[in-house]
Amino acid sequence: MSLEEAPGSLESDVTSMRFEDTELTLGLPGEGRSPAVIAGVKCSAKRGFVETVDLKLGSCSRAPSGGGDTHVNEAGAGKPPPAKAQVIGWPPVRSSRKKAINESCKYVKVAVDGAPYLRKVNLGVYSNYHDLMKHLENLFTCCIIRKADREESKVMDAVKGMEYVPTYEDKDGDWMLVGDVPWKMFIESCKRIRLMKSSEAAVLAPKASLKCSGTC
Amino acid sequence: MNYFPDEVLEHVFDFISSHKDRNSVSLVCKSWYKIERFSRQRVFIGNCYSISPDRLIARFPGLKSLTLKGKPHFADFNLVPHDWGGFLDPWIRALAKSRIGLEELRLKRMVVSDESLELLSKSFLNFKSLVLVSCEGFTTDGIAAIAANCRFLRELDLQENEVDDHRGHWLSCFPESCTSLVSLNFACLKGEINLGALERLVVRSPNLKSLRLNRAVPLDTLQKILMRAPQVVDLGTGSYVHDPSSEVYNKLKSAFQRCKSIRSLSGFLEVAPRCMSAIYPICTNLTFLNLSYAPGLHGNELTKLIQHCRKLQRLWILDCIGDKGLGVVASTCKELQELRVFPSDPYGAGNAAVTEEGLVLISAGCTKLNSLLYFCQQMTNAALITVAKNCPNFIRFRLCILDPIKPDAVTNQPLDEGFGAIVQSCKGLKRLSLSGLLTDQVFLYIGMYAEQLEMLSIAFAGDSDKGMLYVLNGCKKLRKLEIRDCPFGNAALLEDVGKYETMRSLWMSSCEVTLGGCKTLAEKMPSLSVEIINDTDQMEFSLDDRQKVEKMYLYRTLVGHREDAPEFVWIL
Repeated sequence: MSLEEAPGSLESDVTSMRFEDTELTLGLPGEGRSPAVIAGVKCSAKRGFVETVDLKLGSCSRAPSGGGDTHVNEAGAGKPPPAKAQVIGWPPVRSSRKKAINESCKYVKVAVDGAPYLRKVNLGVYSNYHDLMKHLENLFTCCIIRKADREESKVMDAVKGMEYVPTYEDKDGDWMLVGDVPWKMFIESCKRIRLMKSSEAAVLAPKASLKCSGTC
Repeated sequence: MNYFPDEVLEHVFDFISSHKDRNSVSLVCKSWYKIERFSRQRVFIGNCYSISPDRLIARFPGLKSLTLKGKPHFADFNLVPHDWGGFLDPWIRALAKSRIGLEELRLKRMVVSDESLELLSKSFLNFKSLVLVSCEGFTTDGIAAIAANCRFLRELDLQENEVDDHRGHWLSCFPESCTSLVSLNFACLKGEINLGALERLVVRSPNLKSLRLNRAVPLDTLQKILMRAPQVVDLGTGSYVHDPSSEVYNKLKSAFQRCKSIRSLSGFLEVAPRCMSAIYPICTNLTFLNLSYAPGLHGNELTKLIQHCRKLQRLWILDCIGDKGLGVVASTCKELQELRVFPSDPYGAGNAAVTEEGLVLISAGCTKLNSLLYFCQQMTNAALITVAKNCPNFIRFRLCILDPIKPDAVTNQPLDEGFGAIVQSCKGLKRLSLSGLLTDQVFLYIGMYAEQLEMLSIAFAGDSDKGMLYVLNGCKKLRKLEIRDCPFGNAALLEDVGKYETMRSLWMSSCEVTLGGCKTLAEKMPSLSVEIINDTDQMEFSLDDRQKVEKMYLYRTLVGHREDAPEFVWIL
């Protein structure tokens, strides 16, 4: 029910509402209702959306990437996007389900110094650091090989002979060395991962010897 | 009508178990009414405010099993304020005082307190089964009371409740003497569990057939449990994350191989995709698989898993399976009857990975499909028409396009024709949820063809009162109608007020009905309770009849206005 000011739309009843804020453009800008419908009397009740913003029960750490905000969150017809207003109760999914999905959804970005792009991994699918590091090795196979026998959290670049040290940004915004805290605690606090070139990391923690236990 | 002595009739009635049939039997004549009511053991009350505990107890002294539902369905989606009602307490108190030997209690969307649970646990010696679905208001202390006091407890099933978790000790409250458990489901609890107590409980419950764990139960405990309970039929895993090269994982694999009876699998509240191969041996016999809480499982691992499940009848998954994955389902699961595809991004950022293509593939491959819940990115009329042709057996058809007024993705037309095809083809359709761009036309079709329709959910649809009227006039078996954000007003609401007495309830929110319209309805129909629910702080109960009503919920009742309505509910 877009409130775009299409010609012939009969929204005079609801002029008191501020379209910019309540505009529920359910589709990409420009995609409006079919003309047949707009011509019909549509004094649709938008009151429900006016100031009722859905309780965000903690959005998934998958930040909406460009274009992800297309649907209920966007403004319409050439207007700048308003403050995000979600429709209450839409999509019709129970809050317990929404919460549960969010909790098992721990996607974080992984950056490797020198790699042209970042990757995303879901920390929830790994049981310990060892698991995670193995997978990171797979993600960046072209540039990283891990020294399996040493069970350390250092990764090696077989080609260039460079070493990488895994670091992560925690909830407080600090850059930490991966492996110090128990795995579960790590998942809770990790916001993003960066595989830092050893040369740079050496400055931070020259004697970093990491306990990377096989269990969590 | 008394051709037979009462005992004979009673014996005959024993074979009549469906609620509808027993209700019909009781209407035949006075003596049948009397015999039926004394022999009735199971009662279903779809709206706890339609009748009072006292009248229930008076009519059915032999009551053993009670099902109660409280809040309206839209409460699931935060449309009903928290303290609206649906309290269990008066029911338990009345039942406890009576001589009713309650054995089974099933509740949905009710507010349940710890005190109620404790009273329940202490009042009924033979209490066997407690099932709570989407309830709230209690803590694990209440569960502890049930565990401690119900000596013959067979079933404790907690589904999607909001429970305040006081951590873990409730499991230890099952006495050593408790060996009767058949079904235990605590998947919705958030807190830590005493793992040792859990293992011991499983060991002393030889009849345990259904076990659903919560996230706090790690994979190694699952392995130990399965070793001791290979007879389990319905399993919900807890956290399913482990290193696939570990000893524990190997043991888990052998444990699964011994579990020849598992037919139903759920959980995976945390999942490591590479650990799914342990499950392959049981996949062959699975009839129900629920992966709808596992966003970490997608792509190849997911399809590989599905390919092992040839006998699947019910599948619940997330949309990250994609259209291609649904194609795999279609070619593998020929016995599929029920499919639910949930959004993996429920905050609607619009990244749903399934479209009309996946649904068409399913309909072509799974011709036994009769129940669908499908959250998707887009839909087309052509697809729905094809689906209707391929699957004429739908009983439940719920389609949710994430953008609620999206038109046909190809033609940009409303989806009236598509849904029209569904109702025309599926003569047994009992439940329907609509979405997408829809005009009054779709309601014309529904009124014309959906003869068996009992429940209809409408959002952001229609053009005028005519839409609602088509439905009210046409669907003779309609019991529940819930409408949000549609341009239906007083004319539709008031045209046939008697209709609502044939229905359980009507919900209308953000529509065009006014206070005056609701008042008129309430005046004309004293057998209805017409509630105006007002949950925004700024709006006061203005006496202006022209004011549009934000939320109206009406239901038929035999006991007048409820006494426990909170301040923000105005019963006209």
